Amino acid sequence: MAGNGERMKTVRLSVPISDEDLKSLEIGTVVYLDGLIITGREKVYKHILDDGEDMPEGLMQRCNVGFHCSPAASVDGDGKYSVGAVTATASFRFAKSLPGWFAKTGCRVIIGKGGMSQKHYDEIFVPAKAVYFTTVGYGTGALLGRGIKEVENVHWLDELGIAQAMWVLRVENFGPLLVESDLQGNSLFEQNNKEINEKIEKLYEGLRAPSLSRYGETDNKRDELI
Amino acid sequence: MIAIGQIEKAAYDIMLKAAIDIPEDYEDGIRGMQKGEKGDLSYFVLEAMLENYDAAREDRRPMCADSGLPRYYVKAGNEALIEGGFIALEKVLRQATARATQDVPLRPNRVHPISRQDNNNNVGINAPEIDYSFEPDADWVEITTVHKGGLFGTDYRMLFPGDGIDGIKRFFLDVMISFGKRGLACQPAIVGIGLGGSKDTCMVLGKQAACLRIVGNKNPDPEIAALEEELKQMGNSIGMGAMGFVGSSMVVDCHIEVGYTHTGGMPMSVHSFCLSSRRASVRIYNDGRIEHRTDPNWFTPYTRRNTVEWQEMVSA
Repeated sequence: MAGNGERMKTVRLSVPISDEDLKSLEIGTVVYLDGLIITGREKVYKHILDDGEDMPEGLMQRCNVGFHCSPAASVDGDGKYSVGAVTATASFRFAKSLPGWFAKTGCRVIIGKGGMSQKHYDEIFVPAKAVYFTTVGYGTGALLGRGIKEVENVHWLDELGIAQAMWVLRVENFGPLLVESDLQGNSLFEQNNKEINEKIEKLYEGLRAPSLSRYGETDNKRDELI
Repeated sequence: MIAIGQIEKAAYDIMLKAAIDIPEDYEDGIRGMQKGEKGDLSYFVLEAMLENYDAAREDRRPMCADSGLPRYYVKAGNEALIEGGFIALEKVLRQATARATQDVPLRPNRVHPISRQDNNNNVGINAPEIDYSFEPDADWVEITTVHKGGLFGTDYRMLFPGDGIDGIKRFFLDVMISFGKRGLACQPAIVGIGLGGSKDTCMVLGKQAACLRIVGNKNPDPEIAALEEELKQMGNSIGMGAMGFVGSSMVVDCHIEVGYTHTGGMPMSVHSFCLSSRRASVRIYNDGRIEHRTDPNWFTPYTRRNTVEWQEMVSA
């Protein structure tokens, strides 16, 4: 088995990622990025979409990749930033903000943790011609941190705080990431879930159900919670 | 007498170690899992994680940017003497947390639950948590820090005696499957299970089982050790691996801790200590000697005692 990880197809892409590059991506491909990426989560979305703040001028012409994360960063006394590691946060929570985000920014790629549901790919990502890259692990924070060459800027640090501010990061060989969804909305997680679900009922065979049930939105083991 | 400054420095040092250096037992466990992993994607994920541990060590940078909820466990020997007492100890643990947050850096994760106010130092109301235990005939204080993410992979359920081992297995599978999909639990994990106690004890025991026992450690009760092994095998037979991809790498190890519970109930909690299992311990003696380790040595015969009186175990 040794080295079977090396059989993974691997590509290196420049940001902003071109239409041609986006079209050619297949789910399950390993990606490394060069260029600018921006971070954003709850408070950035609220700032841009609810409070009507404008994106910094010209930024999205240079960068079409958004990252659901907050870095382990600190701000030194002299105003310099130090970023040690970056890891993604679970993306499904931000689904309701993404239609507005894509429309307002022209962002085409989301990097995050765990991907989105099939419904969100079909209804939000495919119409926006956007794809999803998942981080690996999760928690290759040191490898991703190594790929950050410079903090180009950080926006709204005072209002939003270190963890929630919008960080503009210049990256080189930033990865590994996996193509989780393509422009058609195919999803690596959905594909794997289908295969795993085939066996799930069998696992519970012969195990008596507990005497006290619980309320819940789903008790179907094939369903997901996101 | 243990100088308070020495405790502050030791508490700071272990925060840094925990954030950067993956414990050896856990890394070895992941290497072992990778050897048996037949799913290409899951195998690739484990390979990337092993590379990530190397990168963290070489660059002295955190292995994961989600610093989780950095916290402390303190085991105080009955003969330990701390300069300034426990009030001084708690003060320097808070100082060390703030200092490590700035220097490592750790992500300032701790916010007020409603206002979302962030002090930017991982210190706040009830943060960091400091859990205590005691040890007889010991002239040292042992401090462990754990940085564990907290959003997914944990659940609690009140089961009943009639639900039996089936109930335990079902709930275990429920948690593995529901949080394993898409790898929300950041598996393979050390899965800790709390059985019994009152509800809060049940949660605490399961959390401590996950975070404070190393890979390969067995519960001294042979029946419980057998259940640990059975649940571990069960988790790794679901057909799911790292990141929820097809594979077998779910449970690096399974640890169960029990507490005597209500005669009518059998509460159960499940906790997942993730692919970035961050823990580090230090023991400081009254005479100033200091020992660093990755095994917190939290569950001792004394903490698991089952009698009114404590009698020193007589070794054969």
